[in-house]
Amino acid sequence: MCSQAVSLVAAELERGGIATVSIQLLRFVAERVRPPRGLTVPFRHGYPLDAPDQPRRQHAVLDAMLEVLDLSGPPPVLREFSP
Amino acid sequence: MGSLDEFSLGVQLFLRAYPWRRIEPVPWAARRKPLAQCRLGLVSSAGFALPSQAPFGRSILGGDVSFRLVPGDVDSKTLVNHHRSDSFDHSGMLRDVNVAFPIDRAREMVQSGRIGSVANHHVSFMGSITATGRLIKRSAPEVAEHFKRDQVDIALLVPV
Repeated sequence: MCSQAVSLVAAELERGGIATVSIQLLRFVAERVRPPRGLTVPFRHGYPLDAPDQPRRQHAVLDAMLEVLDLSGPPPVLREFSP
Repeated sequence: MGSLDEFSLGVQLFLRAYPWRRIEPVPWAARRKPLAQCRLGLVSSAGFALPSQAPFGRSILGGDVSFRLVPGDVDSKTLVNHHRSDSFDHSGMLRDVNVAFPIDRAREMVQSGRIGSVANHHVSFMGSITATGRLIKRSAPEVAEHFKRDQVDIALLVPV
């Protein structure tokens, strides 16, 4: 449910001219909802940025999200994060 | 990757049968500035709020589509969690908000020069929204307006 909610918000932000990337926790949900830019992560629900108190690992996810911003369309663009 | 196997059988069946809202057509906005000049807004669905803000509604049919504005310079340790779902482990994000709402990490990206600045206010939702009509018609446009007023260039969105 959370992935759908943020994807729908992302779509509205993109319509307003703001480039977005959303984390996706379930590939089948991402493929059905189709956020403009998504990054699938290999983490369980509740841990979208990997582990608590691990800034380097959290930054690795954020860096990957920023890299997705540079990918060209056509949308939707869905990439996989590999730690 | 998250897996349906994490959930109870009842939740798995619900998720398989749920009529997911398909985005059609898929909009696309190009980044217009170098990252080092971009202003970043965060959107999290982890259900965090300031202690002074009203908690998210746990009993609203179809889910609470309201959102809370969280200052970009907030002390992340002061945030309170209201997420109503018991379908996932909350302990990680309760120990470190950044697991689901990377407020401190965003500020560190500014300090390192990776991005230009963070929004005056980030956006916090509580997921578990099954009735998406009000989210699409009301809340999402409000978030877009808020970010535009805040001159946000890019947004990173984090579900739990």
